[in-house]
Amino acid sequence: MKCSEFLHELTDYLDGVIDSGTKSELEEHLAWCHNCYVVCDTTKKTIEIYRDSKLYELPENLETKLRSAIAARCKSHKNKTSEGKA
Amino acid sequence: MGAIQPKVSEPVSDELALVEAAKAGDDAAFEELVRRYDRNVFRIAQHITQNREDAEDVVQDAFVKAYTNLKQFQGQSKFYTWLVRIAVNEALMKLRRRRPERTVSLDEDVKTEDDSVPREVADWSPNPEQQYTQAELRDILDRTIHGLPATFRTVFVLRDVEGLSTEETAEALSLSIPAVKSRLLRARLQLRERLNKFFQRRDRVNGSQKPLSGDGNQ
Repeated sequence: MKCSEFLHELTDYLDGVIDSGTKSELEEHLAWCHNCYVVCDTTKKTIEIYRDSKLYELPENLETKLRSAIAARCKSHKNKTSEGKA
Repeated sequence: MGAIQPKVSEPVSDELALVEAAKAGDDAAFEELVRRYDRNVFRIAQHITQNREDAEDVVQDAFVKAYTNLKQFQGQSKFYTWLVRIAVNEALMKLRRRRPERTVSLDEDVKTEDDSVPREVADWSPNPEQQYTQAELRDILDRTIHGLPATFRTVFVLRDVEGLSTEETAEALSLSIPAVKSRLLRARLQLRERLNKFFQRRDRVNGSQKPLSGDGNQ
């Protein structure tokens, strides 16, 4: 297997959605190709770091403000709709 | 090396019941759906818009749009996937308004010939994120993902941060499954490459720095 072929399959490999034959070929490649091993390992870490990060968490005070605003806008829409029907 | 562990999703067993109750006029049921998903929608919106105020607007507009169009939700997909689709569209509209000089479309193919081929292959420290404080790490991750094209950011956040399946991501973004996979691979590889400078091992002066040649004969 060439490195370019390995890269092509990397996403399915990391997602665990790959048939057992291809998986064996990829792992055989990983066993001797240090560069692909590093790319695979650091790509996996990239995903885990972003997934576990608290990036763009919604602060509680802002969440409360947004929920109130959404409820008010939905209520206003409901009132307009029922006025229209009346 | 094993596959990444999938993110455990929220139980959806009662989601349909909440949606049906909301359709029938039960506002408390809709408020429960807001409580369940507002953090996710905010995260997605900020990833796409890269702007806090825009993300706040997107959260409001997406939920209000979902509320006013609830009767059109037929239940063929999960409510959350339907909501994400609305939120992504709202976020892209914000982005287009903010950057009118650049067209922003999920269909755009921003491929350059070799943007997927790793140029620098440097091993990382065992727990690279622990070299930084939480605030420093957030800043690094924020600046790094900021540099990706919107189409890549969006696929990456839905698949890898929010844990949607490839099929759900394709549905939420109106993209084909191969298009989602191709964008995801490129997003992951570009982020990895950009994070190298922050996370690579400092103890090896002569570490492996060779580009992948593609022929496997190294």
